[in-house]
Amino acid sequence: MSTRIKDRLLYIIICAISFITLGILVWIMAYIITKGLPYISWEFLTTDYRGDREGILPSIVTTLYLIIISLSISTPIGIGTAIYLVEYSKPGKTIDVIRFAIVTLAGIPSIIYGLFGYMFFVIALNYGNSFLAGGMTISIMVLPTIIRTTEEALKAVPKSFREGSLALGATKLTTIIKIVLPSAIPGILAAIILSIGRIVGETAVLIFTLGTATGFPTSIMDSARTLSVHLYMLAKEGLSFEQAFATATVLLIITAFINFISSKIALNIKRFAMGSKN
Amino acid sequence: MKSDLQKIHTQNLDLFYGDTQALKDVSISLEEKKVTAFIGPSGCGKSTFLKTLNRMNDLVDNVKISGKVFLDNLNIYEKYDIVELRKRVGMVFQKPNPFPMSIYDNIAYGPRVHGIKSKSILNEIVEKSLKNAALWDEVKDRLKQNALGLSGGQQQRLCIARVLAVEPEVVLMDEPTSALDPLSTLKIEDLINELKKNYTIIIVTHNMQQAGRISDKTAFFLLGEIVEYGSTDKIFSVPEDKRTEDYITGRFG
Repeated sequence: MSTRIKDRLLYIIICAISFITLGILVWIMAYIITKGLPYISWEFLTTDYRGDREGILPSIVTTLYLIIISLSISTPIGIGTAIYLVEYSKPGKTIDVIRFAIVTLAGIPSIIYGLFGYMFFVIALNYGNSFLAGGMTISIMVLPTIIRTTEEALKAVPKSFREGSLALGATKLTTIIKIVLPSAIPGILAAIILSIGRIVGETAVLIFTLGTATGFPTSIMDSARTLSVHLYMLAKEGLSFEQAFATATVLLIITAFINFISSKIALNIKRFAMGSKN
Repeated sequence: MKSDLQKIHTQNLDLFYGDTQALKDVSISLEEKKVTAFIGPSGCGKSTFLKTLNRMNDLVDNVKISGKVFLDNLNIYEKYDIVELRKRVGMVFQKPNPFPMSIYDNIAYGPRVHGIKSKSILNEIVEKSLKNAALWDEVKDRLKQNALGLSGGQQQRLCIARVLAVEPEVVLMDEPTSALDPLSTLKIEDLINELKKNYTIIIVTHNMQQAGRISDKTAFFLLGEIVEYGSTDKIFSVPEDKRTEDYITGRFG
């Protein structure tokens, strides 16, 4: 076979593969949306799930609360750890142990986190099924993702930026805050989006820790169900596949919306941190 | 070796990267408001030596330094505030390294870090520094634009302006033109000639013609030692050491 034909063939194969990937994604989304959309009504979106009402508003609120609670715990710890590992730590035994722990945490199935969260936060600390217990457990679960993705983002910041700043007499901390972190924002954002994806999609952990209560959450000690848990309950109990698909559609739209908003926010943070207000 | 004109002098400076000795017993006196060039083949220690003068080697793991480096008769390796040191001894790197922010913010970065907040003072510093770096006329209408949009030569002059903005006394330059085209190189050389009226300049260069054109004194490094140090005219016309002569006439390196 001539090189030209081989080249052409390879090109076609690669194109085909990427179209198949894209096709599957589009197919799944189209399937869910066409099945779910007809059942989405104003009432569905704005009422709770009680008696003859079949709304998902409490689950939407719960999902957003859980994202906020989990990220406000895991993001500072995760970014802090990544900064320590990349900017401050010296290679050695301690670092090897920390890295091993992070890799191990990343590989643990989520049901194990659920079990741990249940035994530790729900039972031992007596938090009960609550946002506190669920948020803590989820934070631990997403921590490895945040640490590793942020680490990669920090490593990608050119050494010359750091040198330039230090050579001007900036301290290491100033250099990290004013130069390194703002440059790494797109990567850190990727970490946060990945985490949001995991939080929104999680069920096993949350059934154990946040529980499945259907009411509106009013405090951090309340039990509640996120959209995914609601979806799981609807499907598992065989209650209503129509509602399950409608819930899935809302979940898809919310996820897309969050990703869009996060990238806008990150861009503004970057401008604010790097730019002046002149 | 002492003289009233000396700005920096070193005594018996040794530097090791792990077990490899990169500098051997370097003692030299560098004069105020002069341009001193360091020449020598790759790996001879000239850049390493340059970086000992503002302690940039502190950032490298496994570096051991012994000996003394004096800035105005104070040893910078002994109870010396490193922030203060780097404010007084600025550095321009081999590759232009502007920060990914606006031209204005690049220049204002140093002064801001050192606590200047007043907008009018910052404006003044930015204008003055850019003028001193012969860049003002080219960028005055687009100070808010990202510095990464400038050409390589402009970026390097921006980096020089950024250093000037913190009002240093000494400017270290590590092969500042090696990544630039001939025309930009010429502009930087003109600039160096202008700057030496107010600053002590120490420049590492691979380009011997450049050393000849811009420096008052030249030090020739080989295998971590200073082989010969003297006025540039003398080094390039009647070098004392055979090795200097061989290097300058292009027999090795």
